[in-house]
Formats: sequence, C-alpha cells, structure tokens
Amino acid sequence: MEDKDKKIVSLHLKLMPYLEKYGILLLLVIMILVMHILQPDVFLSWRNVTNVFKQISWQSMLALGVFMVIVTAGIDLSVGSIMMLSLMILAVVAKAGAPWYIVVITPLIAGFLCGLFNGLGITLLRMPHPFIMTLGTLYIFRGTGNLISGGTPISGFTDEVRYLGHGRIDLQWLGLEKSQYLPVSLVLIAIVYIIFWIFLNHSKTGKWIYAIGGNPNAARASGINVNKILVIVYSLCGFLSGIGALILAGRTDSGYPNAGLQSELDAIAACIIGGASFFGGRGTVLGVFAGVMIMGILRNGLNLMDVSSFWQQVLIGSIIVLAVYIDVLRRDLGTRK
Amino acid sequence: MSSTSNPLLEAKGITKYFGTITALENVNLKVHAGECLGVVGDNGAGKSTLMKVLSGLYKPSAGSLFFQGKKEILESPRDSQNLGLEMVYQDLALAGNLPIGENIFLGREPTKNLGFIKLLDFNKIKELTNAHLDKLKINVKSADQKVEELSGGQRQAVAIARSTAFNAKVVIMDEPTAALAIKEVGKVLDLINSLKKTGVGVIVISHRMDDIFTVCDRVMALFQGTNFAEASLSNTSRDEVIGWIMGKK
Repeated sequence: MEDKDKKIVSLHLKLMPYLEKYGILLLLVIMILVMHILQPDVFLSWRNVTNVFKQISWQSMLALGVFMVIVTAGIDLSVGSIMMLSLMILAVVAKAGAPWYIVVITPLIAGFLCGLFNGLGITLLRMPHPFIMTLGTLYIFRGTGNLISGGTPISGFTDEVRYLGHGRIDLQWLGLEKSQYLPVSLVLIAIVYIIFWIFLNHSKTGKWIYAIGGNPNAARASGINVNKILVIVYSLCGFLSGIGALILAGRTDSGYPNAGLQSELDAIAACIIGGASFFGGRGTVLGVFAGVMIMGILRNGLNLMDVSSFWQQVLIGSIIVLAVYIDVLRRDLGTRK
Repeated sequence: MSSTSNPLLEAKGITKYFGTITALENVNLKVHAGECLGVVGDNGAGKSTLMKVLSGLYKPSAGSLFFQGKKEILESPRDSQNLGLEMVYQDLALAGNLPIGENIFLGREPTKNLGFIKLLDFNKIKELTNAHLDKLKINVKSADQKVEELSGGQRQAVAIARSTAFNAKVVIMDEPTAALAIKEVGKVLDLINSLKKTGVGVIVISHRMDDIFTVCDRVMALFQGTNFAEASLSNTSRDEVIGWIMGKK
C-alpha cells in the first residue's frame, strides 16, 4: 500500500513539469471536445472556428500586453482605455481624410505613447504601485477619447484600414469553398504571438523582464536598469493595445465611446487562467494564448447553446478561481518552502 | 597566502560620516590574493558600512581605495564589478523563477547573432555554467534547475558562483552561512577554501567563530567604527577574538 502511494507521488513529480507547461492546453483540448460533443454540427465547423478567432482577435492583443506587465509583477488597468483612445484617434484621422497608411499607423503610435506615459509615470513619479498609475490613466485615456470625438461614434473606414480586422485570405486555390476563408486577424494573432514569444524567451530584455518579476533586487544587483525595462514593457503593452484598436476598427467599421469597456479585466482574466502569476516572473505566451482561447470558446459555445450571458459571467469567474486554485496546489507540490 | 607581495585590495584611512554620525573612522584593511580575511565586530561596529564602501555603494568621506596598487574611485557597484570586485549579499540577490545558469549570467548573458537580431545563447550559458560549477566543485542536479527549487546552501553556492563567474579577483561575502542549516555550512566553507586556491582574495564578514577559524587566514575586528585589533589566525584564539568583538583586549 505504502509502495503504491510512493509510486503515485513520484509519478506526480515526474508529470509536474509537463503539467506546469502544458496543463492549460489540456484544459483547452478538453473544452473543445466537450463543446464538440454538445454541438457536433456547429462547433467545429469552419464558419464557427473562424468566428471564434475573429472574436478573440483584439482581446488577444490586450491580453498579451497585460501578460508582459504581469510578468514584471505589475498591472495595467488602462489597456481598454488605451485601445478606445487609439481607436478614436484613428477614427478622427480617417474622417479628416488622411491616406490609409497614415490612418493605419496612428493607433499604433497613439497606443505606444499611452503606454510610454504609463511607464514614465510609474517610474519617474515613483508611484507606489502600477495599479494606481494605470487606474488613473484608465479614466484619463477614455476621457480624452471622448473629448476628441465628442462622445459620439464615428463610422465608415476604407477597406485598407479595415484589412487587419476584416480581411479574408481566400483559400479556393487549395480546393476549398469560398466560405472557407482564413481571417487576416487569425494570421496577425499568430505572427504577433510568435514575435513576442521569441522576444520574451530568447532576448536579453525578455529574460530581464522575467528576472524583474522574480526578484527586482537581483535584477538591480546584476546591473539591469529596472526602470528602463519597465518603461519598455508598459510601452509595448500600449503598442499592442493600439494593434487591438486597429483590429477593432476593421471588425466594427466604427470608433465608438464604449469600445474596450472593461476589456482590461478580460485581459487580466485570460492571463490568470493561462497560468501567469500576479506575483510576477511566471507564465508563458502559450499559456496566455490558451487563456484567451478558453474564454473565447466558453463564450462562443455558451452562445451556441443559448445559455444566457449571465451564466457566462458566472462560469468565467469560476474558471479564474479554479485555475488559480490548481496553480496553488501545483506550487505546494513543486517548490520548497 | 603571500603576505610579502602587494595586497590585492587595500583601504587606507577610510572615514564615513552620515550627517553628524561617524560610522567609520580611519579604518585600514587589506587582502592579498588567495587570502581570506575575516571581519568581525558587534552590530553597529561598521562592518556593513565598510563593505558598502568597498563595493562602491557608498562613497567614503575620507580615505582611499587601492586595487592592485592603483588608486581607484568607485562611483557605483558597476565600477567595482569592472575591477573584479564582487559582493555576495546576505539576501543573495537571486531570481528564484530563473534557472541556475541564467542567474549566474543575469545581466551579462552570452548571445549569438541571428542575422541582425541578437538571441540568448542557451547552450553557451549551460556550457559555461557547468564548467564553472565543476571548477568550484558545486554539485547540482542540472544547470537548468530553478533557484527556488534549491536548498539554502545550494542557493548560497549559486550566489558565490555568480560572483566568481567573471574572473573576480576579490569576493566580499556578507554573513555567508547565517541562513544555512548546519550540514550546509561545511559545503559553503569548502567552497570558500577552493576559491582561495584559485587565487581569489576573500573577505568574509561573520559573527560565527567557526566560520572565521575554518576559512580565514587573518582576522580583524572593528569596534565603534575603528580598527580595534588584527592578527593572523595562528596568533590568536576564539576567546580573544570574542573579546575583541566586545571591545576587550
């Protein structure tokens, strides 16, 4: 009996590194299977799968930005507002008749500058926690967005501007039907996630971002300019929110005052479900992607089954708590106290 | 131990004021290559202040530092690191979420060029880490192990390995055994001994007489910010050194 217990424990210890890395993907696969069994005709259809990716397209950008911030043990509450402000600037510039290549660049620059503002505020003003700075800018950026647009929606963009959010890559040359196209936003997600995966795991700066989250004093003692890295991280987070704005402009063909309302919370939820730790230094790009997917599939699947959106809220909340509890259990087994 | 040659690091007449408080007054210190100097003293005797002056964290109010006979002015810890003067902090300053190798090379990672972008060279990090740990006879399961999975003694070993990975000439250790289990203390002291053999000058701050009498060649006592007594280990005893700490000769 005791031997058997020992075997089980050692099996756990062997599986632990794999669970830590790929456990969240397992959860994702299980969810996909369950949804497929519940909705065999619709859920895995071409149309629905591309739909899920289109729905998560801009959220996945915000989540990736917030993830980097969370790795440094920080938080960015302003990403939804950065996206809204970038979107409004895009809309105003588009309405003013600027050529499409200017219109496309403006949200990226606006997002980057908003993030830079956050980063400089947190480091130069020595805010006691990034929560405070970004809570402030959550209001500042959304207010500014409403000021420049007059608080009313601005609609109607050209096809070039809408390409990233709305474009389709035709696959008829592969012998597929016309309805079986690839959304451009799906390709964009893949490219952006791969670039940031390389950045975080294979560059010095990426390694230092993890080191700052693990122990900022160790990073300082190693001669790393912690404040500079933090400014870079918040700027990149803003930049990704700007990409989100560009995608959203394509999807909705409109700049509207409620864009990205509360989406910072969705972004944080996706990171937490995906295994990022609020204490910093922990989490993977793949995990964030899985977190975004889990939230997207849950919403999509429950919509397909006509479950009320109130239940969706209850379920997403429960998954957050459950995912973190599993993480706590795993940590208890895996780390020396 | 070559007390006849020039000292590797020498501090002359170091004085440090904090406002009206005199933390150090006219303190002298020297350490030779391959020698271990123990620094003892009661709380508030000025040990930590002296070490911070040596590592470039504090600028002395008066006095000067000589490294290999040349006068040096340290503006920051970076300056002292560039000279080959490394500090092992009491809180170790390691990132627990990173593997051993990445901690050792944190901030100074080897990279490889891939076209116009520079990527971390993980193979090289691993190779250099294994070679360095072997040289210091530090046993860990793998260089890929995360620091948070290590015992206190292993962490201390990693911190020491980190301080010596870049050809350090002098390593200053602040209470290297204070947070360790008894059986781990021996391993860290062995490590200090092997450092000495490679020609590194070591300064150990400790209040554990066992440490001092196991690894040090010379011991000096600070009392109320001044040089109180100094002797080579063979010419003194534990009771005498304990007396120095209390201010009795």
